[in-house]
Amino acid sequence: MSSQEAVRHFHPRARDALNNPRIRQNFRRAMDGLMQKRATALQDHDTEALRDLGAAIRQRALSQLPDLLEQLEANCTRNGIQVHWAQDGDQACQIITDICQQQGARSVIKGKSMVSEEMELNHHLAEVGITALESDLGEYIVQLAEETPSHIIMPAIHKNTEEISELLHDKTGTQRSQDVDYLTASARAQMRQAFQRADVGLSGANFAIAETGTLCLVENEGNGRMSTTVPPCHIAVTGIEKVVQHLADVPPLLSLLTRSATGQHITTYLNMITGPRKAEEQDGPQAVHLVLVDNGRSDIYQDDQLLDTLRCIRCGACMNHCPVYTRVGGHTYGTTYPGPIGKILMPHLLGLEDTRDLPSASSLCGACGEVCPVRIPIPELLVRLRREAVDGDSSRPSVVRGHGVKRHWTEVGVWRAWAWLNSHPRCYRAALRLVMALRFLSPRRLGGWTRYRKAPRPAARSLHQHLLQRNRSSS
Amino acid sequence: MTSSDRIKLYPAKPEKVYFFATCLVDIIYPEAGLSGIELLEHAGIEVIYPADQTCCGQPPYSSGYINESRAVATKQLALFPEPWPIVVPAGSCAGMIHRHYPELFAGTPLAEQAEQIARRTWELTDFLVNVCHLQLQDRGQPRRVALHTSCTARREMGAADAGPALLRQLQQVELVEQARPTECCGFGGTFAVRHAEVSGAMVEDKLQALEDSGAEHFVTTDCGCLMNIDGHAEHKGSPVRGQHILSFLKERCL
Ligand code: SF4
Repeated sequence: MSSQEAVRHFHPRARDALNNPRIRQNFRRAMDGLMQKRATALQDHDTEALRDLGAAIRQRALSQLPDLLEQLEANCTRNGIQVHWAQDGDQACQIITDICQQQGARSVIKGKSMVSEEMELNHHLAEVGITALESDLGEYIVQLAEETPSHIIMPAIHKNTEEISELLHDKTGTQRSQDVDYLTASARAQMRQAFQRADVGLSGANFAIAETGTLCLVENEGNGRMSTTVPPCHIAVTGIEKVVQHLADVPPLLSLLTRSATGQHITTYLNMITGPRKAEEQDGPQAVHLVLVDNGRSDIYQDDQLLDTLRCIRCGACMNHCPVYTRVGGHTYGTTYPGPIGKILMPHLLGLEDTRDLPSASSLCGACGEVCPVRIPIPELLVRLRREAVDGDSSRPSVVRGHGVKRHWTEVGVWRAWAWLNSHPRCYRAALRLVMALRFLSPRRLGGWTRYRKAPRPAARSLHQHLLQRNRSSS
Repeated sequence: MTSSDRIKLYPAKPEKVYFFATCLVDIIYPEAGLSGIELLEHAGIEVIYPADQTCCGQPPYSSGYINESRAVATKQLALFPEPWPIVVPAGSCAGMIHRHYPELFAGTPLAEQAEQIARRTWELTDFLVNVCHLQLQDRGQPRRVALHTSCTARREMGAADAGPALLRQLQQVELVEQARPTECCGFGGTFAVRHAEVSGAMVEDKLQALEDSGAEHFVTTDCGCLMNIDGHAEHKGSPVRGQHILSFLKERCL
């Protein structure tokens, strides 16, 4: 199924997930744990001040994005990193395929990269006979299971240990075990050989520093370091929004990223890549490429409100705290990025036609916005996208593809009538009196509402009427 | 919002306030509105109820119909000519006015008026605690109670401490802890209809947490949550039923 088709059916997939006790339990447990870890990790910090700083750094970077990208390109080039620009996912795949073919590559070892998921790179590489092996443990599991990641930080979070053990047993002959260390060691052994054989290492990048031309890669397993140092050629692929201005911008963002994502004070590895192996050096790749992918991002950039979407540092905290994501899991969204960030980002990458049910799949509880380390006002952006979907704002031109896709005359009519009634207080009060006089006729079934709840009943008298009477009796 | 925005500057206790009741109170839970008014009067404040009020405009706003929302909100802006505080017995409608009116009217001739009204708008429990310094005398029977604070009271109005502060004043009431107290009950207005299954799963979990808390009864700070959770409790036949916190306080203390 192509990603496009997959996105559309949010409702049936949500239903399936809600009825799947294993999915419910796996996500609930994992998200409870992650929320707890984040809270603990930020205990000794002035979290709000740190988030202010994180937001400001990202906002500043975005405010001068074109300049910083030029600076990044110049400095990377000076460092010996070859920079490529891709308009969309297909072009990025083509660039990467070309580099691989120039290297005569048959196999690629991959560190974790959500952008490569976004452009379905593995699939493209397979078409030209190049095998791509995921080396991040979660990604490796997902790849073995022929699935897609269900979380941006923990791709296999939808599976419990037992399911993973079963999968490794089926696919690699690993003995069944509940011992996580044993299972990890066995996967590691498989990968070790692949690292040595791979012709190209591919990774993402968490930050790209403009002033130094440096790529930062944050990880815990060491597979990122292996992927970027062992094979003779390293390709980093990332979105154009990942650029930051200064080296000094990285420590606060890193603090926020690791604490928000996994509750760690620091990850086991922080890779800072500033070019290929130099003449006097013993190891490292001979060639380093950076592929900067737009894929709809510069459209978002045109709108001063939607622009906030691009601040994201992909920590996953918004999904960990999302009551919807916790219940339906990542696959229900059918998009590369699930959860709250997916709901505000994917409509730009895929258009609202295919993502029409995502912006409304939120109670607007605000839990995501409350934890986002760079203060993306996610609920406000969801409301904005709902507006885009129903073409509800006549005052500004739209930059979102599929604008107005959910506009339906009955709904428009209902809201117009509602607005008229609520703008005419006498009529509103008369209508209320009528509703209350006929309250015994109020419907007992109200669509999805009454599948879980009793229908609300109008009171016998409105507050207006109560107060009128109160005034009368006191005067 | 930045960290300094979270520091609220409360006004001195005023002589008069405007009461914006919200449509749900008007139609479904008028006794919660009456209770709120009586509690304010108990605190020595004169309550002015502008008779032409209808709805804050939040339902179409969060569904994307900004023009319809603005049309209704425009009518509400005209209801509060005096500089008195505007108190609202629901975090979501208070949040609509306080947080979203400025954006809704930005760039229109009403922008300044909207800003000004937004600044004067308070969630009622917050106002009772931090402006009125309300003192309560509990006259009720011993009761174990759980509180569900609405997400909007918590996150848009920063009023999550007010409900517990009021309940803790009641000598005979034990406020019990619940699992995941900050999690949404699943209401979310049209969300409960558009995504009925997800919303249903959320309210099932919320009621379960309230039942498991050992509470005999729960109270909420918002009519939306009340309609949702208590509607589910009634549907399920749960012994743990809900009430608006204002009704509960009035019943026991006035
Ligand atoms: S939107 Fe915010 S919380 Fe969500 S992944 Fe991005 S940075 Fe993290």
